[in-house]
Amino acid sequence: MSEQLIPRLRNRVVDPRPGRGVWHSHRAVWTVLALLLILIANRLISANFFSITMVNGRLIGSLITILDGSAPIMLLSIGMTLVIATKGVDLSVGAVMAICASAAVVMVNRYEAGATEFYYTPGVIILLAVGLGALCGLWNGILVAVINIQPIIATLILMISGRGIAQMITSGQSPTFTNDTLAFIGRGVLFGLPFPIYLYLAVLIVVFLLVRRTALGLLIESVGVNARASYYAGINAALVKILVYMVSGMCAALAGLVIAGEVKSADPHKNGEFAELDAILAVVIGGTSLSGGRFSLVLSALGVLIIQSLLTGLYVSKLHPTANLVVKAIVVLLVLLLQSDEFRNRLTRLVRRSS
Amino acid sequence: MRHIKWMLVVVMLLALVAPAALAQDDGGAGLTIGFSQIGSESAWRTSFTDAVQAEAEARGINLLFSDAQQEQENQIAAMQAWIAQGDVDAIILAPVVVSGWDVVLEEARDAGIPVVIVDRNVDADESLYVTRVSSDFVHEGRLAAAWLVQATSGQCNIVELYGTVGSAAAEDRNDGFEEVIALFPGMQIIRSETGNFVRTEGKQVMESILSAEDPANICAVFAHNDDMAIGAVEAIKEAGLDPAEDILIVSVDAIPDIFDSLDAGDVNATVELSPFMGGPAFDAVVAHLNGEELPKWVPVAGKLYTSREAYDADH
Repeated sequence: MSEQLIPRLRNRVVDPRPGRGVWHSHRAVWTVLALLLILIANRLISANFFSITMVNGRLIGSLITILDGSAPIMLLSIGMTLVIATKGVDLSVGAVMAICASAAVVMVNRYEAGATEFYYTPGVIILLAVGLGALCGLWNGILVAVINIQPIIATLILMISGRGIAQMITSGQSPTFTNDTLAFIGRGVLFGLPFPIYLYLAVLIVVFLLVRRTALGLLIESVGVNARASYYAGINAALVKILVYMVSGMCAALAGLVIAGEVKSADPHKNGEFAELDAILAVVIGGTSLSGGRFSLVLSALGVLIIQSLLTGLYVSKLHPTANLVVKAIVVLLVLLLQSDEFRNRLTRLVRRSS
Repeated sequence: MRHIKWMLVVVMLLALVAPAALAQDDGGAGLTIGFSQIGSESAWRTSFTDAVQAEAEARGINLLFSDAQQEQENQIAAMQAWIAQGDVDAIILAPVVVSGWDVVLEEARDAGIPVVIVDRNVDADESLYVTRVSSDFVHEGRLAAAWLVQATSGQCNIVELYGTVGSAAAEDRNDGFEEVIALFPGMQIIRSETGNFVRTEGKQVMESILSAEDPANICAVFAHNDDMAIGAVEAIKEAGLDPAEDILIVSVDAIPDIFDSLDAGDVNATVELSPFMGGPAFDAVVAHLNGEELPKWVPVAGKLYTSREAYDADH
C-alpha cells in the first residue's frame, strides 16, 4: 500500500518530466530574471554598483554588502522554507533570534568577567545558543504537531512572549560585549569575505543535502500536501513537523548570533524585529506555496537576495526615505506578478489582441 | 531699648525671608503623585524612570509607580484605580500610544485630579490635561546642526541617517537640522536614508552610501540616534576610513555606548535626549495646584556633549 502511494506522491510533488523538475521549472527562470532586473536597475541608479575593491584585506562593494546583509534573513529562510513546506509557518523566529542572542551575550559577559566553568567558554556558548534555538523549535513543534494548534497561532505565542523572555534574560537592558569569538560570527572576515556568508552557505548546503539526498525532503512535501494521507502511508507526520520547527529554531539562533556579533550587543528589543516577515516573503518569492508541498531552498535563497538587492538599491538611490516602503511594496508586487504564469498569459493575450 | 530695636530688625528680616523660604520649600513635599510609565523597553526608559523616582525622593513626594509593560489597558486601569481610591493629588502619565485617552482623562478631570503628560504625546483635548512635558526633538536637531556648522565653518556635505519614518523623533530632528543648515549655503544633505534607529541598519545604509558616493565627497554623518551612528562607524572603518576624522559624526540620545565611541575618538558629538522630565513635571503639578496657568507644552532641551568628562560633570 505504502509502496504504491509513495511513487504517486512523488508525481504530485515533483514533476518528473525532463526539464520540468523543481530546478528547471519556469518559475526558477523568472526568479533569476527578477533578481537580474533589480541588480541592473541598481547599476543604473549608482554607477559603481558592481565595483568591488580590496581594502585592508577585505572586499568592499555594494554586492558584498548585499551578500553580507542577507545573512540573517538567509538563515531564517532556510528553516522557514521547510516549515512552510509542511503547510506551517513560524512567526516566532524573530523572537527566537532575540532569546538566543541575549542568552549568548549574557553568558559571554560572565566568561569575560572571569567565570571558568566549561559552559562559559565562547565555543560552548555558541553551541548552547543553537541548542536553545532548537528547544524553542521543539516547543513550537509540540504545539503544532502534538497539541494540534494552528501553526500561525502556535508560533504567535512564542513570537509575543519571546521578546519578553529575551528581556528577562538581560534584565531589560541591552548588554554589549567585547569577546572576539562571539563577534566573529557577525563581523569576522575570512579570505576577504565576511564570515556570515560562509555560515549561511554551509547551513544551506548541509540542509540541502539532508533533504535532497535522503527521503526527508519527500516526507516534508508529503506532510505538507496531505498530512492525513501521509500518516496512513506510514509517515510519522508529527515527528517530521517537530523536526522542521527545530531546524527553523536553530537557524533563528544562528541569525540572532550574526546580528549580535555584528553590533557586539544583545539588543533584545530590536534583534530580529520583523525578521519573520521578510523571511516568509523570501520563501514566497522563491515559489514555495503557503499551502505546503513542493519547496526549493535555492529559490528561497534567491528570494532573500531579491529583497536585499532591492533594499540596497533603495539605500543608494536618492529617494527620500518616506518613499522606501511604498517602492519596496510595488517592486515585490511586480516580482510576484512576473513569476505568475496566469498574469503573463493574460498579458501576452492582451498584447496580441490589441496588435 | 537697643535690644528691642535689634529684635525688631530681626523680626522684620524674618518676615521678609519667611515667605520666600516657604515658597522655596514648595517642590511638592507631602504630595502623593501617581506615575504611569510605559515599561522598561530601553536603557533610556529605565534611566527616565530612575530619574523621576530620584527626583520624587529628593522633593519628599510620595510617588506611586505603575509599570504598564507596553499596554494601554494597564495604564488606563492604573489611572482608574488611583482615581477611584482618590488617594493621589495628581497623575503623571507617560502614554504608550497617542490615542484613546479621552475617557480616562475626563474621569480624572471629574474627580478633580490634574494630569501631566510626559514624554510622548496624546491627541486628547488640551483642556483635559495640565500640560505636556517632553523632549524638544527640533531643538536636538538644531543643536547638532549648529555644532556641525561651527566644526566645518559652514562648508559640509552631509549624510543623514534617518530614524523611523513618521516617528516624531525622526521628523522633528530632521526639521530642526534642516532649519539651521538652511542658513548656510555651503551646508547640504547629499544623502538621506532610513536606518530605523537600529544599529545593523545604520551600518548597512552607510556601507551602501560609501560605495555609491565618493567618500572624499562626504564630510559628515548626522544620525538621528546613537545606535545608527555606532553602526555607521563600523561601516566607515571597514571602508578603510577614519571615523570622526575623515568623516565627522554627530548623533542624538547620549546612550552609554556612545561615550565609549567618544573615548575611542570614533564619533565627535552627541545631543542628550534628556531623561530628566520628573523635575519639570512635578513643578507643573505644584504650579497648577497653586492656581497658576501653564503653557500646554513644557519642552525639555538636552545639551550637546563632545566628551565623557563633560557629560559626567553634568550628571
